[in-house]
Amino acid sequence: MRTITVNDAVGEALAEEMRRDPRVLIFGEGVATKRHDLLAEFGAARVRNTPLAEGIIAGTAVGAAATGLRPVVDLLFAPFLCFAMDEIVNSAGKLRYLSGGQFAFPMVVLALSGAGWGVGAQHNHNLEAWFAHAPGLKVVMPSNAADFKGLLKAAIRDDNPVLFFMDLALGFQPGEVPQHEHLVPIGRAATVRGGSDLTLISYAKTVHTCMEAAHRLAEIGVSAEVIDLRSLKPLDEGAILRSVGKTGRVVVVHEASRSCGIGAEVAALVAEHAFASLRAPVVRLTGPDAPAPASFPLEQAFVPQADAIVSAAMKLFADIGSATSVTHADFPLEPA
Amino acid sequence: MTQQPDRASPLAMLETMMLIRAYEETIVAMSEAGTGPGSCTSVGQEASAVGVVHALGAHDRILTNHRSAGHLLARGADPGRMLAEVLGRRDGYCKGKSGHLHISAKALGVILTSTIVGGELSLATGVALSQKMLAEDDGIVVCFFGDGAACEGVFHESLNLATVWELPILYVCENNQWQAFVHRRETMPVDEVRHWAAAHAIDSRSVDGNDVEAVHAAAREAVGRIRETGKPMFLETLTYRLRGHFEPDDQSYVDPAELAAWQARDPIALLQRRLLARDELTAAQLRTIERNVRARLDDATLFAEASPFPDISELITDIYA
Repeated sequence: MRTITVNDAVGEALAEEMRRDPRVLIFGEGVATKRHDLLAEFGAARVRNTPLAEGIIAGTAVGAAATGLRPVVDLLFAPFLCFAMDEIVNSAGKLRYLSGGQFAFPMVVLALSGAGWGVGAQHNHNLEAWFAHAPGLKVVMPSNAADFKGLLKAAIRDDNPVLFFMDLALGFQPGEVPQHEHLVPIGRAATVRGGSDLTLISYAKTVHTCMEAAHRLAEIGVSAEVIDLRSLKPLDEGAILRSVGKTGRVVVVHEASRSCGIGAEVAALVAEHAFASLRAPVVRLTGPDAPAPASFPLEQAFVPQADAIVSAAMKLFADIGSATSVTHADFPLEPA
Repeated sequence: MTQQPDRASPLAMLETMMLIRAYEETIVAMSEAGTGPGSCTSVGQEASAVGVVHALGAHDRILTNHRSAGHLLARGADPGRMLAEVLGRRDGYCKGKSGHLHISAKALGVILTSTIVGGELSLATGVALSQKMLAEDDGIVVCFFGDGAACEGVFHESLNLATVWELPILYVCENNQWQAFVHRRETMPVDEVRHWAAAHAIDSRSVDGNDVEAVHAAAREAVGRIRETGKPMFLETLTYRLRGHFEPDDQSYVDPAELAAWQARDPIALLQRRLLARDELTAAQLRTIERNVRARLDDATLFAEASPFPDISELITDIYA
């Protein structure tokens, strides 16, 4: 095992897949300018700059995918996807169905999102749930270098359109990535920490926050399991339900706003299929229903923090009068 | 790509145009009788569809819009399978999931009928990129859209990218003067879209879209140039939507004098008169063509109405590959 950054993992995945399959190409605003290593190895036909026009970038990917190429498009920041909604939602997501299965759309859309750069709401908007709601698309949002690499390679090999959201706070985060061929199947969550009292479910940067919270909970005798969803569509329902069946308590954590978010889907899933296992209400800890601010302290406050996760977890035990030794009185409900 | 000589003949084009008209009239009749859904017909635009599509080779690909019946039939689509699709039946080109608004036929190279106005423009560049990067032949892409789609932003994005990437696309703007229920003169400061296309440094021309021979000559020349240069071209066919936006439509919003003037230039009647005058068509031949077309549509209707509806299990198939 060696340690590389998330950005390097993405670069490796692109290079390996382009080497493996000559039908893979990448284009977007500044792609050929920034990824000069890919340009040097694969040439200008397969590594292309585009005009700043997200609609036609995405539409070109859809048309190319329908007719034999396997495009990866970099649309830069997630809010820019608004300019490409028609092409992604109405074309990539629907045309296989509308054509009665005549066409497939093997394409990947890359988009950055999340707090970390202080870029404000027109560059930072976690809108992954929008795409999870649209038929025909797959949505992934990894949390660590190995998953960035393995999921991107799997996305490029997938015969369906995949939205690959990259939490921009993670780009320079180092992580262990296998030297050999490394693929992570789309649709499978990772249990990144085992536990028995409570399940923390998250994805992207807040997985690390959950890990910190789990560590702190362990110090006070609460055993928290942490699930990194990695894939938001398809959702690994089995992994969620198995864990809830074991722990009976769930806190879902994500940076995206609460209403109709991934947390709502997880909560509904648990209510529908694991109600009898629940020992406490499902709790969502999310960003507020607000645009993301640029000011650093406000931007950070947008994101659920470990204190809040610990408090939410303890409240579950307090509310239910659980047998665990920790009580509500020992821990404040809200972060100081 | 060598063109079948008979496809380029005026008689062959006349027969296809008459087939398209009969097909659209069949759908209108079904709609009026309550046995079929409403639809967006291409009545009045047959010369544009046939003139262009009859100039294509077997490896060329087509993307089109919600008035696509003419393009599909000119490409050789089976009217029975098209009608089956319109009626939502299992034997339709898309298993009944498309209806009349999204028919594609991969085997014929018809990649897309887009009902999102401009959707065909957004995908055409990618299809042309595949042609350019993968195809071993010299196939090109034809993208049919209207003056309405030209008012969408993606029109400009598509033409711009096609120019800077040198993509083999023939953009065919069927300027039928109507954008749903709004006349083009309310939405555009110029009468012809080619002025906008020319701003993207694309070789842009317009042609009488009701004169199939003129359209065919212009299309054949454009297709040849695109094969030769690999660069896009723009051809505007100036025509008129003789029926309403979506059947049933009483066209009460249409200026009767304008409609009458264009009806007098009906592309099918125009060609018939011309061929009769040139002694390239006899009254007996015309009756034979009419009978053949009628028989094909009768067979098509029987086929479509006999085709079963899809099984309910089809509701959740074909979502993912």
